[in-house]
Amino acid sequence: MTDTPNTVAREVTIGEDFTLNFGPQHPAAHGVLRLVLEMEGEVIKRADPHIGLLHRGTEKLLETRSYVQGLPYFDRLDYVSMMCQEHVWCLAVEKLLNIEVPQRAQYIRVLFSELTRVLNHLLWLGCHGLDLGAMSMFLYCFKDRETIFDFYEAVSGARMHANYFRPGGVSRDLPEGLEARIAAFAAEMPKNIDMLEELLTNNRIWKQRTVGIGVVSPEEAYDWGMTGPMLRGSGIAWDLRKAQPYEVYDKMDFDIPVGKNGDSYDRYHVRVEEMRQSLRIINQCLEQMPKGPVKVQNFKISPPKRSEMKGSMEALIHHFKYFTEGFHVPEGEVYVAVEAPKGEMGVYLVSKGGPRPYRAKIRAPGFAHLQSLDHMTRGHMLADVVTIISTQDIVFGEVDR
Amino acid sequence: MHIDKMLDVTKLSDLDAYIKSAHADWLHESTIANRELTIICRRKDLISLLTFLRDDKNTQFKTLLDICGVDHLGRAERFDVVYHLLSLVKNIRLRIKVRIREDETVPTATGVFSSANWYERETYDMYGIMFENHPDLRRILTDYDFDGHPLRKDFPVEGKVEMWYDDEQKRCVYRPISLKQDFRSFEWQSPWEGMHDNFHLAEEDNPFDAGEFAAPKKD
Repeated sequence: MTDTPNTVAREVTIGEDFTLNFGPQHPAAHGVLRLVLEMEGEVIKRADPHIGLLHRGTEKLLETRSYVQGLPYFDRLDYVSMMCQEHVWCLAVEKLLNIEVPQRAQYIRVLFSELTRVLNHLLWLGCHGLDLGAMSMFLYCFKDRETIFDFYEAVSGARMHANYFRPGGVSRDLPEGLEARIAAFAAEMPKNIDMLEELLTNNRIWKQRTVGIGVVSPEEAYDWGMTGPMLRGSGIAWDLRKAQPYEVYDKMDFDIPVGKNGDSYDRYHVRVEEMRQSLRIINQCLEQMPKGPVKVQNFKISPPKRSEMKGSMEALIHHFKYFTEGFHVPEGEVYVAVEAPKGEMGVYLVSKGGPRPYRAKIRAPGFAHLQSLDHMTRGHMLADVVTIISTQDIVFGEVDR
Repeated sequence: MHIDKMLDVTKLSDLDAYIKSAHADWLHESTIANRELTIICRRKDLISLLTFLRDDKNTQFKTLLDICGVDHLGRAERFDVVYHLLSLVKNIRLRIKVRIREDETVPTATGVFSSANWYERETYDMYGIMFENHPDLRRILTDYDFDGHPLRKDFPVEGKVEMWYDDEQKRCVYRPISLKQDFRSFEWQSPWEGMHDNFHLAEEDNPFDAGEFAAPKKD
């Protein structure tokens, strides 16, 4: 290969300022992050993330589709915590419709939201480990993730992009025997988390790479719009599941783990403890889950039973209208947020009546976190940039939307 | 539990009254709908209002969650710029709206909240709304030389250009879009009244009593 003018060799002296292009194809960039780093030797002076390489225009597409057709796009935002995203869309539509979904559906949704939280944190822990050189973490975590994917598959037929929650409930009831399988998983999982923790918590290398790296003070966390584990790692006990409970979270008994120093090590502890708390919620859901319908029994906003369609003209009309025109949502605007594994996932939904949203703005936690990267990395070494990207739990599906 | 039935509507009206009593001239209009408080303010008052809400002891809206635009094509003041604030201390949310014409600009909130930086860049990228004195108002989500503002209602869903690999130039090039089949927008909406007016479905239409399936009592 011949030399292009861009690759003329140049001697770099120690301590000289230079610019480093990191990504967009880099395994530690957690997707397609292009990072332009201004460096003084190995110390970061300024980090400028260039995002948008995964921008798919989700918000524009949502405006052209009915409320039910818009739902699968939410799986594809943060593609490692799928059902939490579906949840926020369903809640937003339901709030505008002013409906309340049946109890069983609420329990199923909370159950799967918490399974999703474990799913997300397992991926995070695996990748965080991998980024910091602990390869075995990745393999152990993915083994447990596989079990949760099986539950996804059992309820929806899809391992990842489930499209299971629907405005008005969930698409179908849990298959027979699934509750027992989830209970077995929830009983088994704490031991696995212990094992994962044993590999890392007191590991000297792990501590050297995370303690004191990416420290965020509470005031900074407010200022940068941080939510979720990023906020709790700085010692602020804020969790939407407690502060503004939705569905049946007010009936659940769980604790909010908080950090002390606001560094990457604390955030690691917060997320690991959140997994344990999620398992507590899963157990309570399974215990308390009542029998009953899993979607609103008004067939203008949920599809009627297949068997009914064979005999009832009205059910046939409902079915046809539901899947072609979709249901109409009254005029108005709402902002609804849930505690997604990464932080506050919100939807600002504007309806002008009719079957399609006028505007749907998705508030992604990762977007706010990534923009604080410049602030968090200043003065750190190049290797710490990887730790900080990783501790923010960035997924580009939701950052770029 | 229905989504945020926990939230107290009286808290919202109290907050509204409090802001009004403090600075009546800042507020243009305020409404409480769907258990949410919306304040519409003028452009010139925006920064002082945000600063007041952040620093006042009784509000403490220290987190700016989001800034976004809404395009009301056909309205004289075409765009809404919408700010979502959260007070973690008071556990309350607030929405602030600024209405602007197409040729108007909005003062930047980056001086009040650091997080406003990217939110404003995104709003500029998507709607072409300019923010005065923003330190770095570049495009953020679209490509480096993108033309147009994609979330405007007059921007086509399928876009204007598509990207191809040009074998002669040995690189990717943009060219005007040509689809095998045009993007079709179906008008399914019918005059059938059954689909409209879905208000209060839970109360009137749902034959299942939620209480019937209540959780069993724990001993």
